[in-house]
Amino acid sequence: MSANKVIHAYYTDDDVLMLAVKKVKAAKHHIEEVYCPFPVHGLDKAMGLAPTRIAITAFLYGCVGLTVAIVMMNYIMIEDWPQDIGGKPSFSYLENMPAFVPIMFELTVFFAAHLMVITFYLRSRLWPFKEAENPDVRTTDDHFVMEIEVHGNEQELQDLLADTGAVEINISEKNSH
Amino acid sequence: MYTISNRLKIASFILMAVGALGMAIGFIGAPSTEAEALEMVASHDDGHGEGHGAAADHAGATDHGAVGHGEEHAGGGHQMSHGEHVLHQLQNRPWAALYVAAFFFFMIALGVLAFYAIQRAAQAGWSPLLFRVMEGITSYLVPGGIIMFVILVMSVLHWNHLFVWMDPEVVEHDALIQGKSGYLNGWFFLLRAAIFLGGWIVYREYSRKLSLRQDEASDNANFKLNFRISAAFLVFYLISESMMSWDWIMSVDPHWFSTLFGWYIFASMFVSGITVIAMVTIYLKSKGHLEHVNDSHIHDLAKFMFGISIFWTYLWFSQFMLIWYSNIPEEVTYYVTRIADYKLPFFGMIAMNFLFPILLLMNSDYKRINWFVIMAGIVILAGHYLDIFNAIMPATVGDQWFIGIPEIGGILFFAGLFIFWIFRALATQPLEPKRNPFIEESKHFHY
Repeated sequence: MSANKVIHAYYTDDDVLMLAVKKVKAAKHHIEEVYCPFPVHGLDKAMGLAPTRIAITAFLYGCVGLTVAIVMMNYIMIEDWPQDIGGKPSFSYLENMPAFVPIMFELTVFFAAHLMVITFYLRSRLWPFKEAENPDVRTTDDHFVMEIEVHGNEQELQDLLADTGAVEINISEKNSH
Repeated sequence: MYTISNRLKIASFILMAVGALGMAIGFIGAPSTEAEALEMVASHDDGHGEGHGAAADHAGATDHGAVGHGEEHAGGGHQMSHGEHVLHQLQNRPWAALYVAAFFFFMIALGVLAFYAIQRAAQAGWSPLLFRVMEGITSYLVPGGIIMFVILVMSVLHWNHLFVWMDPEVVEHDALIQGKSGYLNGWFFLLRAAIFLGGWIVYREYSRKLSLRQDEASDNANFKLNFRISAAFLVFYLISESMMSWDWIMSVDPHWFSTLFGWYIFASMFVSGITVIAMVTIYLKSKGHLEHVNDSHIHDLAKFMFGISIFWTYLWFSQFMLIWYSNIPEEVTYYVTRIADYKLPFFGMIAMNFLFPILLLMNSDYKRINWFVIMAGIVILAGHYLDIFNAIMPATVGDQWFIGIPEIGGILFFAGLFIFWIFRALATQPLEPKRNPFIEESKHFHY
């Protein structure tokens, strides 16, 4: 846990913010984080963040759900307690498969959706009673905050950010993770 | 301005010529006597052992014989000899091949018309750049609709026997069809067809006219009127499309019915139509036209191809599972004949219409790769041809089906006509609408 000096630039408009992000990137500074009251379309690309891999995990979780459904229905309906339902005796998985398709579908969706949300929480380091990481409560209302680490170039950064239309610029100490 | 290239023109004429030849061979080769028919069946089984021979073997001779006869000529002790039955099936085959191909290409245009009307009614901002492409494809409604109507008139005139309920001799011995004769009778059938086709074509022509007029106008009155008529048209379309699917497809099995059949056929139309929009757009782009259409437009179309493929599967399965589970004799025969005699096209269709699109088009990046969309589109189109094939053939040719010269000839002929007609229509107007209020949004559309 080392204490770092960071600079916070406040914006009140998402379009101004987008232009500011592009300018800061063009000046070859690393943007640590941007805190927004709502998702800003295209911000991740402008910040140069790597594309999300959540879709890949969703596919894998879906495959897990499908497998669980197949194995579960095979155990319940075929192996453990075969029953005669509507004249369809459950002695063969394949012959009863159409009846299990809705379950396969539901569990695929269930696993993909829930595990994806949990993955997202873990990856974003979110859990119940977690203390908020945003530097200023106004980022939950109407302000956008861009956070840049300071490496002895305080004045240069301040000038650059003031030029991008920031309404307020603060410098503070921050504990990095 | 796009002009139809000579190569495309010649290719479409060759397709039409070869296709017409194939269909002619089908009609000439159809047997005229029972003896001829039985001889053909005997030699046919020797020749094509793998294809449907394999399916027939699984079913067992007694099984599919009983189902085939029972389905089409039940009740009243009206039994035909095996020879007569085979004769009718083989005589039906070139007609059924023509009918399936004619309907398949007509339904592409009709699916695009629905997509177009939805874009208009939703005032979608991403799609106006593609409106001319859609209008070009829907121009095929006129020739395709006339051909469909002519085939239906020929059916009512007993030139062919695709619709068993049109045969008075069959109806005489069939209490179930007698009960439906208020709806299923020749004149009412043609009247309905005329109303459906008339409504679709009138909307298409009027909306196209307004769309072109908007380019020259000084206000948005044409655009607003187009929005209103499109919303109204969608109401007409949903009802007429559903009834059309009962009339033109479901009624070949007059004893059988399914309440979601209209939706199911609609899903087929819709996904085929969207696929063709994507293919034509990619083709025109590859020729240097539609310069403002970007990968995001293709991505959106591919998303629709992916989504509607799953929608189709959902409807197909909903229909299948209820009938399979309840196992009521008059309903389940529909699937018994298909699984017994049509194993390969029946299950192959599900692989092509569901597994292929879901696996090929799931990845977001692949939806932006143009050649990938084309390849997936070809599989989807072939799959939905098989879907219509599976809907029509079991009731018309029974276990005497084969995808041979008449069927492929039909596909080639109508593919040629379709390509020629839509690209001819595309060449008549500039490919980019000028004054659509959303055209700027469409140009800057990005995902």
